[in-house]
Amino acid sequence: MTSALLEVDELSVGFRTRRGVVQALSDASVDLEQGKILLVVGESGSGKTVLAHSLLRLLPRNVNMTGSIRLAGEDVLSLEPRELQRMRCRRMALIPQSPTSSLNPVRRLGGQLVEAAQARGLGEEEARRRLRELLGEVGLEFDQVARRYIHQLSGGMQQRIVNAMALVGQPDIVIADEPTSGLDSDLVDTTAEQLRAISARGAALLVITHDLRLAERLGGRLALLYASRIVEHGPTAEFFKKPSHPYGRGLLSALPEREGNSIPGLSPELTALPDHCAYAPRCPRCFEPCTQELPSLYPARDGVLARCFLHAER
Amino acid sequence: MLSAEHVTKTFRAGSAVVVAVRRVSLGLAPGARLGLVGPSGSGKSTLAQAMATLLAPDSGSVTIDGDRVVAWGVRCPRELRHRVQLIWQSPRMAVDPRLRVGDAILEPLAASRMLPSGADERTALLASWAKRVGLTEDLLERFPHEVSEGQLQRACLARALVVCPRYLICDELASMLDVSTQAALLESIAAEQDERELGVLLITHDRILAAHWCEETVEIGDLSGADKVAESKPVFS
Repeated sequence: MTSALLEVDELSVGFRTRRGVVQALSDASVDLEQGKILLVVGESGSGKTVLAHSLLRLLPRNVNMTGSIRLAGEDVLSLEPRELQRMRCRRMALIPQSPTSSLNPVRRLGGQLVEAAQARGLGEEEARRRLRELLGEVGLEFDQVARRYIHQLSGGMQQRIVNAMALVGQPDIVIADEPTSGLDSDLVDTTAEQLRAISARGAALLVITHDLRLAERLGGRLALLYASRIVEHGPTAEFFKKPSHPYGRGLLSALPEREGNSIPGLSPELTALPDHCAYAPRCPRCFEPCTQELPSLYPARDGVLARCFLHAER
Repeated sequence: MLSAEHVTKTFRAGSAVVVAVRRVSLGLAPGARLGLVGPSGSGKSTLAQAMATLLAPDSGSVTIDGDRVVAWGVRCPRELRHRVQLIWQSPRMAVDPRLRVGDAILEPLAASRMLPSGADERTALLASWAKRVGLTEDLLERFPHEVSEGQLQRACLARALVVCPRYLICDELASMLDVSTQAALLESIAAEQDERELGVLLITHDRILAAHWCEETVEIGDLSGADKVAESKPVFS
């Protein structure tokens, strides 16, 4: 039996807070193979980043987690701290949401980049050689960058550095958390190409984004999140051709180049998620079962799953 | 008409001098929807802040309906400041984290002693603004960290509109938000435009959005001398 590199099974993540438990992720199941791309798409607060951080176990102490995460056969949730550290360094790489806040502002870049490469098991000389090579590939010169502080570089350069850094340890899986937020369209193009290059090298790529145009360009498979649940899961191309979940349809029609219409209403509070379809109050096609029970993921068409009673009979 | 004429602004960082905007002129008419696009680092935000009376340019002038701005930031007369309002890209950095969302919406009125004296009137005013920007009333009692980024940006829109500006400048209104929230914010702005002659300057790097929502779109590089874009590039590349 061949198993995927990453297998997430029925993962639920909640945070205990003063206002009650914030259910950030409910029963999420995804898997990802070597060299493939998985896009996790949804609005802010839908649980995307929590999914990425769960894979790295970068979550605060007030967390309740159930379900399982397996990376290359190892159970990530039961790893001891030392093994976890080894796995984060050798197998995974995170492209963080904001390059400025993920690099140390008071150290020159050279020292901290070499240090990060060494944490991934490279010797100092090898680290420098590898950094020179990787930054060269994205059009930057290591020796010139090394003397600078992070604020002395433009947003595009900062992004290229963190993208290049993700490949230093030759990870099995690269997780990119909103790699294009705040970048202008030319830089989005460059970033999309770099992400594609990462996956072409054989690394599995998980991209968290709210940017539908980036998603369309990257292809692969797409998981659409709404109010902590995956509501649609299938090939990205199929999603853009014809979304199967009404929320997907609403999102696409909100694009300015399509109708530019917003979805009426607000998404539900994660502290008080309904026990029926969370999208029902905003859904134009809501019918009787939607306000009574929770839909499961039903096969919609061509390998697409949708959490919607419209597809329940098939 | 809100107009900037030959605005130049230079920033110094150590020995480096960065010309953020060089002799840029731009006019925004009441009721218009003007898009301003350009790559990051091209001076869009600097120009926005100068036009919103927040940042003094090195040279050039900003006039609001014929009144020339001579004092900037808090020194600018309130009446003049209220005519132009700016919405920032990141709502979390734009509001006081210690103010409840409802209080943040009314803060501009409170600061100008324009708040209705009766508690009922205040509640009614707040409720009407919440409704216009699509917020539910329970969110008004929360602190900024207890609401989502999209909900907070809706509050920032209400906060900008509450002083009834003539002109609204949106600096990357929704580049961190999902498309549906972006559409909702733009619908609220359009509704406001239908009601009164609000001029809107939409600053964005999303050319597709500008092309679809705005009546006219200008490229910041085209607004000034040809050397402008070359000079405002980062210190080295």
